[in-house]
Amino acid sequence: MSATITSSAAPTTLTPIPGSAITRFISDGWVTTWRNLMKIIRVPEILLFSLIQPIMFVLLFTYVFGAAIDIPGEGYTSFLMAGIFAQTVVFGSTYSGAAMAQDLKDGIIDRFRTLPMSGAAVLVGRTNGDLVINALSMIVMMITGFIVGWRVNSSLLEFLAGVGLLLLFAYAFSWVMAFLGMSVKSPEIINNASFLILFPLTFISNAFVPSENLPDPLRIFAEWNPVSSLVQSARELFGNVPPGTPVGDAWTAQNPIATVLIGVVVLLVVFVPLSIRKFATLSR
Amino acid sequence: MAFIEAHGLVKTYTPKGAPVVRALDGLDLEVPQGTVTALLGPNGAGKTTTVKVLTTLIKPDSGSAVINGVDVLDDPQSIRRMIGASGQYAAVDENLTGFENLMMVGKLYHLGSKVARQRAGELIELFDLVESQNRPVKGYSGGMRRRIDLAGALVIKPPVLFLDEPTTGLDPRSRIGLWDVIETLVSDGTTVLLTTQYLEEADRLADSISVIDNGQVIAKGTADELKASVGGQRVALTVVDEADGDAVRRLLGSHGTGEPVVTGGRTWVVPVDDGPAALAAIVGAAARDGIALHDAGMRRPTLDDVFLQLTGRTAEETPETTESAA
Repeated sequence: MSATITSSAAPTTLTPIPGSAITRFISDGWVTTWRNLMKIIRVPEILLFSLIQPIMFVLLFTYVFGAAIDIPGEGYTSFLMAGIFAQTVVFGSTYSGAAMAQDLKDGIIDRFRTLPMSGAAVLVGRTNGDLVINALSMIVMMITGFIVGWRVNSSLLEFLAGVGLLLLFAYAFSWVMAFLGMSVKSPEIINNASFLILFPLTFISNAFVPSENLPDPLRIFAEWNPVSSLVQSARELFGNVPPGTPVGDAWTAQNPIATVLIGVVVLLVVFVPLSIRKFATLSR
Repeated sequence: MAFIEAHGLVKTYTPKGAPVVRALDGLDLEVPQGTVTALLGPNGAGKTTTVKVLTTLIKPDSGSAVINGVDVLDDPQSIRRMIGASGQYAAVDENLTGFENLMMVGKLYHLGSKVARQRAGELIELFDLVESQNRPVKGYSGGMRRRIDLAGALVIKPPVLFLDEPTTGLDPRSRIGLWDVIETLVSDGTTVLLTTQYLEEADRLADSISVIDNGQVIAKGTADELKASVGGQRVALTVVDEADGDAVRRLLGSHGTGEPVVTGGRTWVVPVDDGPAALAAIVGAAARDGIALHDAGMRRPTLDDVFLQLTGRTAEETPETTESAA
């Protein structure tokens, strides 16, 4: 060991290569994204389970509930898929929460915070990781849906817009979860807490059943639930809205795509600065 | 002006349902360039909090800190460009390999891909991790993780190095290996602030020792100065049977100039005026009282004695333990 020490430990400090704040931010964001992608590659179980769950949901809902729930037009599978997509990508955004809590516990955040890097880049890298998992989940779900009879009845552009909207909403939600992940004391808490938020949010909506049939309080919640708007937008963009489906009176029901976009902007405007500020004071 | 200067650092925490904790209570610190200063103290003394303030992780409630003329509180980003830090817990990414961890740190220092790779390779060799460099850290032993973490602190060959309990959890061989590395860095001009609970470590590495307790520096100087300040000689007795403790305490108390203290359960130490005479008298008395001895002897004061004298407890135990034992 001692033989190599003398040659390696030269006294001159290594200096950064020239770069602007923007190029450094992009570089830091890429390095932390790479780190999160390596995790997906090295711990394949994460991806496996995040893919198995939506497949299971597609099959369960199609064959268990599909027989009991009567949807006019192309039937329940067609109605269901947008709901499954929305639920899966929103659940997918919880990785950011658990991962931030874990990094904090492991002291990695302390390491990052003593480096001359952008703190925001750590969060960008983390939320990008969720985006990749969600994009892969979407592909697997679509293939599964196609096998059980789901069809897209719209143009390619509308289809892509639908996929983009789902991923965009989930990305914004990742920032909410990242903030929560930095605010709790252990990774276990964030896992339990996210279920408390996500189950009502995704089930009290029009994702799995038409919300018009719900009892009043739930119906009102469902109408104003951004997940409902997301599902409705995806249904419209994929051409999966059954003919003659009544549309709610609420503005959100009339304008689902605008509602989702407003929701995305609000989430990002609130939680990006909150998360960045939180990160700047974070220590194990 | 010293290379690292901190004045009047105060940091308080308010745990839920508990009184305010003053982690730092007006701490002052000066570290001259190219020297090693050790912060010595028990758990909860404020060592880690001091390092966290100086490495920009937390802001103090009041006080000032300057490193190499740069204000830590006003310009943390410039500080981060000239420090290397290694915390108490190995802060490594489990899913990345040892090499990837170091390369990532180099890139986040903005050294560029080529230099980051090259430097990661050098550090892997320096820390004797060539064979495991391409395995995820998940499979590393505790000592190997520490080495990767410490190597991360050296990526830019920083002029200032902060090591928070660098050898906690290391086996003796790795500990000595690490001491060699730190000594080499210092001979090249690196300024080091390290915290430790191990008196031996402070004794071996540090040019200057600041003894910390309750968020304040309660003594400072070289190891020799601190030992001399305690003065005198000591008689140490190791008993065969721990149950003889009370008898030994009374015996030493009557021959010594201070309060006898026990370390490691069976070894009792008391300061005395005239070493040889006191030792003879104490051993004779022990034989009369029927106390079986493993070992008896005189010794010079150690840093342990310094710490005991200053704080009333040994450095390697927590304040809580002492209170419940007292």
